[in-house]
Amino acid sequence: MNIANILDEIEKVDGEIYDRISPRRKAMKDFFRVGSKVAIVAAPMAIGSMFKKAYGQTTPAGIINVLQYALTLEHFEYRFYERGAALAPITAGAERTAIEAIRDSEKKHVDFLRTVITAAGATPVAEKAAYDFTAGNTFPTVFTSYPVFLAVAQVLEDTGVRAYKGRAGELAGQKVYLTAALGIHAVEARHAAKIRYMRRTNGAPATKPYITGGNDTGVPAANGNYGGATPESNVVQAGITITNINGLPISANAATEAFDEPLTTAEVLALVAPFGVS
Amino acid sequence: MAEAYSLLSSDFLYSFKLLIYIYRRSLEHHNLQEKLHSFKTIFMTKETPLETVMPAPKGAPNAQVSRRKFLGYAGATSGLIMLAAACKKNDNNDGVDLGSGDFGILNYAYALEQLEAAFYAQAVLTPYTSISANELAFLTDIRDHEIAHREFFKRALGDNAIPGLEVDFSTINFMSRDSVLGTAQAFEDLGVTAYNGAGYLIKDTNYLLLAGKIVSVEARHAALIRELRSPNTFLGDQVDNNSVNISRTPSEVLGIAGMYIKTKINANNLPTG
Repeated sequence: MNIANILDEIEKVDGEIYDRISPRRKAMKDFFRVGSKVAIVAAPMAIGSMFKKAYGQTTPAGIINVLQYALTLEHFEYRFYERGAALAPITAGAERTAIEAIRDSEKKHVDFLRTVITAAGATPVAEKAAYDFTAGNTFPTVFTSYPVFLAVAQVLEDTGVRAYKGRAGELAGQKVYLTAALGIHAVEARHAAKIRYMRRTNGAPATKPYITGGNDTGVPAANGNYGGATPESNVVQAGITITNINGLPISANAATEAFDEPLTTAEVLALVAPFGVS
Repeated sequence: MAEAYSLLSSDFLYSFKLLIYIYRRSLEHHNLQEKLHSFKTIFMTKETPLETVMPAPKGAPNAQVSRRKFLGYAGATSGLIMLAAACKKNDNNDGVDLGSGDFGILNYAYALEQLEAAFYAQAVLTPYTSISANELAFLTDIRDHEIAHREFFKRALGDNAIPGLEVDFSTINFMSRDSVLGTAQAFEDLGVTAYNGAGYLIKDTNYLLLAGKIVSVEARHAALIRELRSPNTFLGDQVDNNSVNISRTPSEVLGIAGMYIKTKINANNLPTG
């Protein structure tokens, strides 16, 4: 997200954008150009509050709603890794470093979303006082067995990717909010790929960094996380069958791997409810 | 302010007239190109024994490789690879026009998927020295994903699709693991920033969802390739201080991808928000 570019583009349409934001036009321009590193760090808060002042508009409720939903899920993901890093018998060295990196990444998403929601004039949803990481005793060894911890992590990351994807449409055309959401979505996918890659040396050697077929986790309890109205096993995109598309030897497995699928809000909320997320 | 608006409107009128002129010229030009294209297609089909340039893909029903399969897998071992049927590009200096609106963005994605698919096709066709079975399997998977993406856009765009692009891989050493995986990482990371940066320009939410379905797979690829190269670089320098993946504008992306694409691409008509 380059704030100087964003403002330049707005300036093409609204020549007085800098004056609207601040009468000190040149100072603003210089700030975003010269101090671009500072601007990127401060961007979420700055953008929200600046735009509200500039146009006297509040952020539409639909957008706030998507952001709160994202924050709800990020709260849970962060606590999962926080507790996991503290309790689970994670292999020391590079694997522990990876889990802690993902934990820190989720924490940044929490902080970021809280900042954006606040800047947009709303109150960020509170996190739950406690979560049930066993999902009602479905995963009783989640923090005592490292392979089980990784399996649950994989399910949660894949579900997170699907959850963001399912709501992108509600942010269509929203340069700031959609770009940020897509940016988090891509990071969740990077987490998912990493966790999947780690499982290859932790009891699930056939796991690939992408989703093959439907539920490829080896955890039957996670069937719903890979199912839904548009299941991960889907091989038809916009009415076009991807398997053997245009006469090329694309297998059904490759066709499912090549496209991740969305989950609806209701599907996600039902899936995370056993963990105490709502 | 009133002055600004009148200036704007006269600029707008001029631009509009210019657009009509360009459109008329392009229609004339297009007819000519279609004839030329048909001629080249016929000529190349008759004169180029493709099976001598391109080995049959594994599991192909017979050794006779169809032109379509050849195009799908890309061929030739030289640095320059002609990807698709002849050269339907414009002969003026504006290059291949991605077009405007959602189709423009889809063509932009199609161009990048062409580049990625051609790259992995070559990487699998001529694997680098001492490649492991695991790494070859991963590269083959990714090749198939990128071909699926490319062919999907081609079908979805139909008559609005840009032609096949000519790529230039002369700077890549396909025998070197460092060169191949380094390029793969650059392409995957670039792809993610491209989809993320263009998402807000897409008007139709169905297309936006499709872009979302693809970009997370590109991010998975990026993380995998990064892990193959160096453990725990799955995020690396691709995230900002909020752990949000960075994004790039189409012009930034094409500026970077340009060194691998020989065909000139005209992105001037893409939406800008």
